[in-house]
Amino acid sequence: MTFIPTSPAETTAMLETVGVKSLDDLFDAVPKKHRFPKLNLPPALTEMEAAAHLSDMASSNENVRQDLVSFLGAGAYNHYVPSVVDHMLRRGEFYTAYTPYQPEISQGTLQAVFEFQSLMANLTGMDVSNASHYDGATATAEAVSLAYAQYRGKRKRIVMSPALHPQYRDVIDTYTQGMGVETVGDEETNLTLSPESLISYIDDNTMIVIVQYPDFLGRIFDYKKLIDDAHAKGALVCVVANPTALLMLKTPGDMGADIVVGEAQPFGIPMWYGGPYLGFFTTKKSYVHKMAGRLVGETMDVRGQRSYVLTLTAREQHIKRERATSNICTNQGLLALAASVYMSVLGKDGLSEVANLCYQKAHYAANQLSKLKGFKLFSSEPFFHEFTLQCPKPASEVNQYLLEHGILGGYDLGNDYPELRNHLLVAVTEMNSKDEIDALVEVLKEM
Amino acid sequence: MNTPSNLKYATSDEWFDPASGKVGITDFAQSQLSDIVFVEILVDEGEDITAGKPIASVESVKASAEIYAPASGKVSKVNKGVVEKPELINSDPYGEAWMIQIDGGTAGDLMDSAAYEADSASRAH
Repeated sequence: MTFIPTSPAETTAMLETVGVKSLDDLFDAVPKKHRFPKLNLPPALTEMEAAAHLSDMASSNENVRQDLVSFLGAGAYNHYVPSVVDHMLRRGEFYTAYTPYQPEISQGTLQAVFEFQSLMANLTGMDVSNASHYDGATATAEAVSLAYAQYRGKRKRIVMSPALHPQYRDVIDTYTQGMGVETVGDEETNLTLSPESLISYIDDNTMIVIVQYPDFLGRIFDYKKLIDDAHAKGALVCVVANPTALLMLKTPGDMGADIVVGEAQPFGIPMWYGGPYLGFFTTKKSYVHKMAGRLVGETMDVRGQRSYVLTLTAREQHIKRERATSNICTNQGLLALAASVYMSVLGKDGLSEVANLCYQKAHYAANQLSKLKGFKLFSSEPFFHEFTLQCPKPASEVNQYLLEHGILGGYDLGNDYPELRNHLLVAVTEMNSKDEIDALVEVLKEM
Repeated sequence: MNTPSNLKYATSDEWFDPASGKVGITDFAQSQLSDIVFVEILVDEGEDITAGKPIASVESVKASAEIYAPASGKVSKVNKGVVEKPELINSDPYGEAWMIQIDGGTAGDLMDSAAYEADSASRAH
């Protein structure tokens, strides 16, 4: 099939119709000297030379597979990805990430999405899941859109925990520009306050309360009381959850959350360079009509066979236009498939084992590190695979020192919380061996 | 097509009952939309509305439609029953599937049943 859309005869006919002589005339508004500026480029390379050059540049990167030992998390986590995940992704039948424009002809794609939805709803303790979003941050912002639509724009307040991922809060700010809403709660600088301290911000104008589980500092809280109080004021509650942690913890659904979203990168997707990732979005059945994104449902075909369809599409923007909750119809189909394959291959026991390994190793690391002179844990709250470590000097300096020893340290919390400039957010997964953890402790001991 | 003669009709396919003040969508509208799966009432009880303002949003399997007020006045009641069972619009559009009730409603520019039948017939396909 050719993708050259017009023949020379057609081009001439179109130019005549609009009344210009040549294609160049259409660009009259662009000054001539700016049309083809002289670019300062080196001489052209042959393919062999270009490949060698690119490979040379790539080798100057340091990665966590061979070069560095990593204790960095803060939203993206270094987990093992079974090789079958990649084999499935590379199959031509799945490689087009979009839901096809005549979706029902692609039963395999729809089934994969359906499996993803079922697994995520199960994991979060919610009724329904959509077919995914770009990443955890945009999924969280879509939760705000749901709440805004649910109250038809009549409630204008968003209450956010200061321990919600700072980048997620930024994306929410971007999404809500021009909507006339206010965000409160996250300007609190005392990070030792309990989640219940957010209750004072919740009023009759509050559409949604957003907290993270475990929170950005790694702490695990039971949000039941906060959720009950938010509901008493008529507000919805969104819990941003880590999917690996959910394998071990009480589900946000059990706490009464209305919406559970998060980043599913830990499920079979490498850290790459920060993306593409995979946002998941789950909610209660009563909000499904306000949920953004695609939704696959199971049905029977005319021969009585199980089959899959895109369902409740009339809520989406290609039908509902400006009255839709969101203008997002895109999903991360390919990466949702990766997560589904990851979950299926590991199975319930395998996933629990991953979670348990993360938990045990992180607790071993926290225990060893907090014994070091000048180091201690920021909080005594329970944590999963990530914790905040108070250091004797600025985290940026600690990280620089660790890097010199081939260790990618934790996340420098001073980036987002000036009062925590001496604090590192340390993540430990099943990928970190005991030797690596001991090495980290040893190196810091000698700092 | 069922078009009761005691009701008044808008070109946008809503009916208005001048006796009770109730508002809903017509049999013709529900047949055009096919299976209705979701209704959201966009106004609250006690709210003042003017004819032509959106009062509800309806989704069927393949389409979405905005429902407009055929009359002005104060919303005295919102039918929660139709929100819980949207399929009532398909089965009983003039009865159980009323959407809101308008107190002291003054009808906008509405048609009688004969005029509406002719109007909808010209749009049927």
